[in-house]
Amino acid sequence: MSVDQTTVAKIASLARIKMSEDELARMAPELSQILDWVEQLGEVDTSQVEPMTAVIPNTLRLRDDAIDADPLTGGDKRDAVLANAPAAEHGFFGVPKVIE
Amino acid sequence: MTELTELGVKAIRDGVAAGDFTALEVAEAHNAAVAAAGELNAFIVTTPDHALAAAEKVDSDRAAGKALGAMAGVPIGMKDLFATQGVQTTAASHILERFTPEYESTVSQNLWNAGAGMLGKLNLDQFAMGSSNETSYFGNVVSPWRHKDGGNADLAPGGSSGGSSAVVAARIAPAATGTDTGGSIRQPAAFTGICGIKPTYGRCSRWGVVAFASSLDQAGPMARSVEDCAIMLEAMAGFDPKDSTSLDLPVPEWEANLSADLRGKKVGIPREYRMEGTDPEILESWERGKEWLRDAGAEVVDISLPHTKYALPAYYIIAPAEASSNLARYDGVRYGLRELPDGAGLQDMYAATRAEGFGDEVKRRILIGTYVLSAGFYDAYYNQAQRVRTLIARDFEKAWAQCDVILAPTTPTAAFALGDKTDDPLAMYLNDVFAVPASLAGLPAMSVPAMLNGDGLPLGLQLIGKAFDEQGVLNAGLAIQQRAGFDAKPEKWW
Repeated sequence: MSVDQTTVAKIASLARIKMSEDELARMAPELSQILDWVEQLGEVDTSQVEPMTAVIPNTLRLRDDAIDADPLTGGDKRDAVLANAPAAEHGFFGVPKVIE
Repeated sequence: MTELTELGVKAIRDGVAAGDFTALEVAEAHNAAVAAAGELNAFIVTTPDHALAAAEKVDSDRAAGKALGAMAGVPIGMKDLFATQGVQTTAASHILERFTPEYESTVSQNLWNAGAGMLGKLNLDQFAMGSSNETSYFGNVVSPWRHKDGGNADLAPGGSSGGSSAVVAARIAPAATGTDTGGSIRQPAAFTGICGIKPTYGRCSRWGVVAFASSLDQAGPMARSVEDCAIMLEAMAGFDPKDSTSLDLPVPEWEANLSADLRGKKVGIPREYRMEGTDPEILESWERGKEWLRDAGAEVVDISLPHTKYALPAYYIIAPAEASSNLARYDGVRYGLRELPDGAGLQDMYAATRAEGFGDEVKRRILIGTYVLSAGFYDAYYNQAQRVRTLIARDFEKAWAQCDVILAPTTPTAAFALGDKTDDPLAMYLNDVFAVPASLAGLPAMSVPAMLNGDGLPLGLQLIGKAFDEQGVLNAGLAIQQRAGFDAKPEKWW
């Protein structure tokens, strides 16, 4: 199924990527070509199989219920967390005003 | 004495330990090679001081009689997808330009703990999305290889680990880290005449590796011999509680258990990999590979992996779907680029930041991923692809009843010229047709150089093993290496 420019504009908006009309016009046939090609998966009879959830059988672990069990990923890291923020103020991430 | 830049991982480690040369001499020789190779554009940043500091520590440890690590004195290149504390980590993107991690990835830390040093951060396809290293924000990596007819068209070093393959082939680094999501270690290794192994999913921690498609991403070594790959993989791998998919298993002694004696082993030849349009010279290298493995004592058997042709389309649903989710974190708030047009609100800032910060191929994949995960299409695309993935893994399971390791080409063609496939995303994707099935099944797989084609360019052979059986893959790779006698290297022009 091919996607038109309007559909691509909708996806781009869902993905929060601003796109010009030119970009949308260029992207639409490229995405259509790729999506047409993946359509061939429809030929495969998958009625008897479950979707894969884990490629290698593994069980999820629980860590100890302790504060800062791993000092590397525990708390008290405010400055490190903010170090790469484009706008950090007063120990917080700065963002444009959200509430009018 | 041989030039230090000609030495591999094992030769450097053993030479430093024996006192034939110092780690500092090795680091200085490689730093000089890095500084002279600007034309390849293989590094995004160079870190000569890191390499020197690591070398000085190794030399002083040796002088003090301390035990040396498995990579002691070996300077390596680090793909710029691994977070390195205090050193810019970009994933070759504009959106992460100037991002300087406050922490070190587990894999890179493991390598430093083993005594390795860092020559620099290597260029790659942006967010590891690409097969030619042409999607980097920091420009294309140029392969050190050229057609033997003297034509000087710039060739692709493969991707996404194109900086890694270029520096190892060009004798600028004895080894480099790579990551493989759908062939990004094996395809560039094949294009540049070097070795590279992607281990079983979960062997190497993903902690601190910029995420692309989390169910597929695996780190691995790229080097000029099978032994060097075994040594480096041993240093990189290991259980990490900070990665929920990390395998809680001891790291096998791959180096110590290397053996090219394949008596009693069966090598499977998947008939579905003989695809229409495959280069006849690739098929010839495959035939030679069979002969070499027979010569090593293995029995060659025909096998079938019936769902092979569906692996690539399944991959191009699953990987973009995971990417669209993983890359949602780049919002201009916590790190990286922020674009804030005049009067823009929060949503406008997100959209402007991501428009400015992502390249075309990254946008393309985010859009495909968003589309296949969107309401109404999720079952038809994403779930169907995950079901096909189950069938692909099952194909391999059935094959293991008949063989111990699988031999196939790594790529359908030799390296192509930069610019050849940039206008046709689908043609670019098809280059990974032989690499992707093992990725979808989480299996260990390796590329080793086999021969040069008529144009004087390297061709690689791929070995795919059972889950957890990196040893079987490495051993078969060693048998090929010993018989192929591949010692070609690119002539220096840079």
